[in-house]
Amino acid sequence: MRLEAPFTEEKIRDLRVGDIVEISGIVFTGRDAVHKYLHEGNPSPVDLTDAIIYHCGPVVVKEKNVWVVKAAGPTTSIREEPHEAALIERYHLRGVIGKGGMGQKTLGACQEHGCVYLHAIGGAAQVLAEKVVRVRGVHLMERFGSPEAIWEFEVEGFPAVVTMDTHGNSIHKDLLAASTARLQEVFAEIDREKV
Amino acid sequence: MDRRTLQPSLLELIRRTSAELPDDIAKVIRRSLRTEVPNSTARYAMEVIQRNIALAKKKGLPICQDTGSILFFVRGPLGLRQSRFREAGDAAVAEATRIGYLRQNSVDSITGANAGTNLGPGSPTYHFEQGPGGQTEVRLILKGGGCENVGTQYSLPDTRLGADRDLAGVEKAILDAVNQAQGKGCGPGILGVAIGGDRATGYLHSKEQFLRRLDDRNPNRVLARLERSVMARANSLGIGPMGFGGKTTLLGCKIGVLNRLPASFFVSVSYMCWAYRRQGIVMDPRGRIREWLY
Repeated sequence: MRLEAPFTEEKIRDLRVGDIVEISGIVFTGRDAVHKYLHEGNPSPVDLTDAIIYHCGPVVVKEKNVWVVKAAGPTTSIREEPHEAALIERYHLRGVIGKGGMGQKTLGACQEHGCVYLHAIGGAAQVLAEKVVRVRGVHLMERFGSPEAIWEFEVEGFPAVVTMDTHGNSIHKDLLAASTARLQEVFAEIDREKV
Repeated sequence: MDRRTLQPSLLELIRRTSAELPDDIAKVIRRSLRTEVPNSTARYAMEVIQRNIALAKKKGLPICQDTGSILFFVRGPLGLRQSRFREAGDAAVAEATRIGYLRQNSVDSITGANAGTNLGPGSPTYHFEQGPGGQTEVRLILKGGGCENVGTQYSLPDTRLGADRDLAGVEKAILDAVNQAQGKGCGPGILGVAIGGDRATGYLHSKEQFLRRLDDRNPNRVLARLERSVMARANSLGIGPMGFGGKTTLLGCKIGVLNRLPASFFVSVSYMCWAYRRQGIVMDPRGRIREWLY
């Protein structure tokens, strides 16, 4: 299904875990350095209200004075767990794109403030780079370097799977519980083989 | 070895490693795609992965934007000048970074500064070894941070896992590592495992397993059996591609063994993402590429 700007709370609350979406609009990249910086109370150089933030450190090069995205897949999101809930609350972020999922604190903030976690396919840097149709700008580049900067990407049909929704559901939480239960069975099997 | 021929050879090695998945890996990915249920998110993930592999190759651009730690494994004849090789390797890395085969990916651990060249203490990493004959083999692994972060080391016995100092304990440790990783290491993944060694040699040996072809057979029969068992059991956990759930949690498992001290029993587990960037070249005495290894 399509998820197009403006990213309203209503559209976001309609989404359910397992939905495969194609995102069109503006997304802002932000990863470790940016999350820490904003969480410490520094002002955002861009308006993040109702925005989608993308955990991504892209490869971007300047060709004939135009930024060209060479590779732009997601980075592991769980590192931002200490910061994300506060940013969702402060800016009313509507979406967080990343990989690997996030924890209980973020899930709570998603439910309370109307935000979803959108799991992109990790490592699929070329498929995802093709969906960035324009680079609208870059911020904090001097301070944090290219992979850690805030890149303003205009995307069209950017594919992702909703894995945490506004209703308290998390595929990550459920799968961890199921695989851990299965692991206990496997351990018992290994113990039986020993005797 | 002539710097003027060596440096372009290493640049080409970096380009191809970053942009093209070796055939042994691509084959297993194609096979596992077909085992996932049509219209499932697991199948969807595998299809995007498949598309990405083809696109990166066509464009000659990085498969994944995290072009990772740059690990060179060099086997050369007596008389291979290591300092000269390093110079050529460093220059090739800086050039590859400028072109965009590699991301500006190396950061000063104290200041956080990124010099933008991928050069600095420990980057790139070179492992030299003396080999027979006059030829030089260079293998390169580009290992991303997401999968590196889920690597882990167990010291047996481990009471939490009920893992003793035996093969059953080793298998429990390996499977626990897979469960802890979930989708965070960009699964389906490939494990490199070392039993024994000290903490440093164990991790190194676990990474050396990634130099093995995915379709090889472990010459040690005990380890070959353990590899098969880990594969079957890990894939029964249901974690699936990207941790979306599904049948393919691991694409491969390679296990090596080192002697240990009586007091120590380490199990070192390295996890490689599906974007398994590993290539190798055989060079002639002047440093020209004669053959690709994978």
